[in-house]
Amino acid sequence: MRNAFADELTKIGNDDPRLVMLSGDIGNRLFDKFKAAHPDRFYNCGVAEANMTGLAAGMAMSGLRPVTYTITPFVTTRCLEQIRTDVCYHEAPVIIVAVGAGLAYAGLGPTHHACEDISFLRSIPNMTVICPGDAWEVRAALRAALKQDRPVYIRMGKKGEPVVHAGVPEAFEIGKAITIVDGSDVCLLSTGNMLPETLEAAKLLKEHGVSARIVSFHTVKPLDEACLTEAFAKFPLVATLEEHSLIGGFGAAVSEWLADTGIRPHKFVRFGTRDAFFKWSGEQEYAREKLGLSAHQIADRIRNALGQH
Amino acid sequence: MTALPDSREGSVMLKLQTSEPEASTPVDVEHLKRAAAELRGKVIEMSHRAGTAHLGSSLSCCDIVTAAYWHVCAIDPQNPRDPLRDRFILSKGHAASTLYAALAMRGFFPLEELDTFCQDGGRLAEHPPANLLPGVEAATGSLGHGLPIGIGMAMAGRIRKETFRVYALLSDGECNEGSVWEAAMFAAAQKLDNLCVIVDYNKWQATARSNETLALAPLRAKWEAFGWDAVEIDGHDIGTLARLMENVPNGSGKPFAIIANTVKGKGVSFMEDDNNWHYRAPTAEEVAKARKELGLA
Repeated sequence: MRNAFADELTKIGNDDPRLVMLSGDIGNRLFDKFKAAHPDRFYNCGVAEANMTGLAAGMAMSGLRPVTYTITPFVTTRCLEQIRTDVCYHEAPVIIVAVGAGLAYAGLGPTHHACEDISFLRSIPNMTVICPGDAWEVRAALRAALKQDRPVYIRMGKKGEPVVHAGVPEAFEIGKAITIVDGSDVCLLSTGNMLPETLEAAKLLKEHGVSARIVSFHTVKPLDEACLTEAFAKFPLVATLEEHSLIGGFGAAVSEWLADTGIRPHKFVRFGTRDAFFKWSGEQEYAREKLGLSAHQIADRIRNALGQH
Repeated sequence: MTALPDSREGSVMLKLQTSEPEASTPVDVEHLKRAAAELRGKVIEMSHRAGTAHLGSSLSCCDIVTAAYWHVCAIDPQNPRDPLRDRFILSKGHAASTLYAALAMRGFFPLEELDTFCQDGGRLAEHPPANLLPGVEAATGSLGHGLPIGIGMAMAGRIRKETFRVYALLSDGECNEGSVWEAAMFAAAQKLDNLCVIVDYNKWQATARSNETLALAPLRAKWEAFGWDAVEIDGHDIGTLARLMENVPNGSGKPFAIIANTVKGKGVSFMEDDNNWHYRAPTAEEVAKARKELGLA
């Protein structure tokens, strides 16, 4: 996702003179092409995220379209008040792009994990929260964000994740989930970098005769209510999948929506991280396994919920 | 005040003039002093009527705000969103009454609206709002935000090749915030000379002497050490304030900090340097007495 972001940013920068890239001292060489093409529109803001976010708001108030970028916790929770007050309260069209969603940087430890950011950011008025499912969705999300005249948060994974789409999804629209594969027994609503894992889980389910609809629910705020209404009406089981805490994330947003609409799900299962810091060393795959977020665990739990065991 | 001409070209011409000290508009000190006294009078009445806090902080920065709005800033109340206007950010948002009164006196909205300060359903809340009131450049109140926002505006001016200047008024207590110093280092690295900080150094913060709370002193040396061109002046010397602020960019190639030594509650003998006026509101009798001292009675 990371490389797609840098590449798309460079392309957009060629056409849109308002685009300014602000980095929190990260992305060594990643933005070389952008820098070369637009030396007056790339700034390394240093390890000073509060200032980076505040100045992004000031730029956005003065006709520019800044993108702030660094590792997820530092571009979100570290400067949360600047996001809330400078960006969202002023409705300043800043695009906040995070790399390393959830446990993408599991090996770096809890300081670099991000399992609370969706919760924080979606509760702020005027904020849009997008969690792209693959590199193509990152490209589409960036272009869609620039068309909005409002704050947007784009929560990316890392580099090298499996690509799901064949190209930029033409149907990509903020607040409109994308059905990747249709099915009839269970509806798997995946947000962000859980999409490839969800596809793997669906393969395993298929081996057991379970037909799964897979949805890339890339926008957590605003929710695609039409998609939810249809899914909860049609499917005997609906599941949300995210690499984020069960508190305040995508599954929580859907739960709130269910409570508010009075819609009663036949069955509803949420996959996410626990209310605990993940302290052990190990990479993302290991962390997912320990937290019940790997494909075979997802498939097992879905089959259980369907009464297959 | 140097009002913006209608055309963009005209405005650029005007900025080129103001960047040269010898071409500066002569400072009418007596006129500015009178405006500052009237501004103080309004601020005291607003505090009395609304029963709100922060009067001492509002009074300490009246001369700075007067210099900005009556002499320095190229702003047009009829066109408050002109992209080429100078920006003045009241980063110490708790002195909102001073900003509101100045904006109303300069014609950004009717003077009568000052009577709605802190009233239910009004536009004049205790801290300046976002996207609600003409002339308010940034919603402040949480300290340490105005300078980063101002830097973004100054950077935008540079990127878009516009010649406006950005002024950010900070309190000394506000300099406790780490974001101020993040911002200071960034502005210096960028040699952002279209940016000016004025620190209203009234030596008090909400509950204690500022230098006993965190070690601010030597404040001018700190800003210099952070890469700024810095001066320390009497923050009630309105003529010097106007001349220094008008002379931005000043040719140093650095962002410019004015450490303005001020007195909290300035202008009213029984409020000066008495930190009880951080929270107290004056009675009707005290308003009358204050107005008399200010020569407004």
